[in-house]
Amino acid sequence: MMTTEAGGDVRLSGISKTYGSFTAVHPLDLTVPQGSFFALLGASGCGKTTTLRMIAGLEEPSSGTVRLGEQDVTALPPYKRPVNTVFQSYALFPHLDIYENVAFGLRRRGIKSVKKQVGEMLELVQLGEQARKKPHQLSGGQQQRVAVARALINHPKVLLLDEPLGALDLKLRRQMQLELKRIQTEVGITFIHVTHDQEEAMTMADTVAVMNAGRVEQLGSPADLYENPRSTFVANFLGTSNLIEAEVDTRKGDDIVVKAGDCKLTLPESRCSAPTTTGGELLVGVRPEKISLAHADDAGGIPPGRNRITGKIADSSFIGVSTQYVIDSPVCPEFEVYVQNIDRDTRLVPGTEVVLHWNPAHSFGLDASQSPLAGTTGAADTQAVGEEAA
Amino acid sequence: MTFVNWLRRHLVVIAGLLTLGYLLLPNVVVTVFSFNKPKGRFNYEWQRFSADAWKDPCGVSDLCGSLSVSLQIAFWATLGATVLGTMIAFALVRYRFRARGAVNSLIFLPMAMPEVVMAASLLTLFLNLGAQLGFWTVLIAHIMFCLSFVVVAVKARVMSMDPSLEQAAQDLYAGPAQTFLRVTLPLAAPGIAAGALLAFALSFDDFIITNFNAGSLVTFPMFVWGSAQRGTPVQINVIGTAMFVVAVLFVLAGMLIGNRRKRQKA
Repeated sequence: MMTTEAGGDVRLSGISKTYGSFTAVHPLDLTVPQGSFFALLGASGCGKTTTLRMIAGLEEPSSGTVRLGEQDVTALPPYKRPVNTVFQSYALFPHLDIYENVAFGLRRRGIKSVKKQVGEMLELVQLGEQARKKPHQLSGGQQQRVAVARALINHPKVLLLDEPLGALDLKLRRQMQLELKRIQTEVGITFIHVTHDQEEAMTMADTVAVMNAGRVEQLGSPADLYENPRSTFVANFLGTSNLIEAEVDTRKGDDIVVKAGDCKLTLPESRCSAPTTTGGELLVGVRPEKISLAHADDAGGIPPGRNRITGKIADSSFIGVSTQYVIDSPVCPEFEVYVQNIDRDTRLVPGTEVVLHWNPAHSFGLDASQSPLAGTTGAADTQAVGEEAA
Repeated sequence: MTFVNWLRRHLVVIAGLLTLGYLLLPNVVVTVFSFNKPKGRFNYEWQRFSADAWKDPCGVSDLCGSLSVSLQIAFWATLGATVLGTMIAFALVRYRFRARGAVNSLIFLPMAMPEVVMAASLLTLFLNLGAQLGFWTVLIAHIMFCLSFVVVAVKARVMSMDPSLEQAAQDLYAGPAQTFLRVTLPLAAPGIAAGALLAFALSFDDFIITNFNAGSLVTFPMFVWGSAQRGTPVQINVIGTAMFVVAVLFVLAGMLIGNRRKRQKA
């Protein structure tokens, strides 16, 4: 129903922002391909909103350039940039009705006949009936859609979304995630979406950049980030990871064998982002849903060639689709295991001796010089992510 | 017993009506006595009904002249104080500058200063400057004391405005002037209007500062005061009542427009 103007990629080169002695964003290079749904993911204060505001022109970068396609927009004020923003608070004009809110950008650019476009836009976000209401008469979800319509009607080269779903309740948030994804597919405009909700980023975005302390930690597709985290921050911030401190022992073909306590674990060298010299330290990671749990009495039935760890169930919580166990193991004090509730083994209660085993290919290796706890706070809704990515 | 119960149920209404009566009684007296036909020069005792004063409100010499002076001064003082006060309020809320805290408190000083002291000091100032007392000295003084009130009213409003609204306007292709006209000003309008109304009322009413600095100029409050020494013409009540009625009409019109708009939108 609408066509993107001849656009191009968003290219940030060496862009940074400092406030006095505080560096909000370290020099950053980032390319967002045209037409993609891109997410900047990170905890609050990681610099993701500052980065977004520098693209919008609402924040002046301390260094670096912002390019939209061939055009260098670094020096342009926000009202001259072909980008539009959906603000966290929606920032709908309270003194104008919905129709005039949506028409605002067109009118400022001197477009006289706005009726058809505004009508179409309100239809796209399913608010045709509400055109003459004031923003405060609408629900949160409706206001959110007005904010999207008000930005999209200008056919921006890039739509910037600053935590647009943060104020909505969970159910509405899920619904709006799908809705935004639908609109993005329909209009084909580049979306850059800032969020602290890893699940939201994974559900919606083609590419996710995980930011931490003013830097991009890792960039990739949701599945790639989840399966192959390259830092402990990403491993913990996206879902949950069990990280085992280990020492490199030997190599076996494409695999590395490591020693953790008196266990030997195998992992593919290709999934190891750290140097693997023999005798070196390594963090071996594995996602909780990749692990199978067997009662110690059944240990004989575990197929050979799998990574095995013994431990004792410290805690278990039944959450419907799965059961989450916390295992106390000599190699890792709080080992998390999610087991699908297909056949529940009633013997698996706290205090039971168990054997954990998993396919070595599901292990990944991280540099042991980082804190194994980085990124653990704020990574809350882990179960849902585990299921989506699994 | 039933009376006590009835009283208990309607206590809030009764208290409200009594307070309203307390507030409005002086206005009623002003209005009623504008229809009096006094014996002698003082309009303090009810004699008999007459609309003579209403038929000839300017019948007393100098009354309408003083009214016109007061209206002119109030108009210009309101305009000056509102423009300056609005700018000061925006500066204080939106910008961080040296001595901002000090300015923030100093702006309240004219409100705290006893008016009569302020009036005498202003006179000293004007005399030392060699200024000719009259319309301009009164106007300057009025803008000065109205300013604080406008700043307070507008500041409260601007503080409650979401700065992201102006950013949204800029993001939607509105340049600085457009942003100010289309978003900032309409949003701040209720605060500015409140400040302007306050300024008008204060300026129109003012006697003390005006009396000290007016020279030979006579404003309406000065006229009333002066004539009260020698006798109070009924026309004073007529003017008072008329002002009151005009104010009430404005409020009613505002409410009607607001209601109609709400009904259209809904």
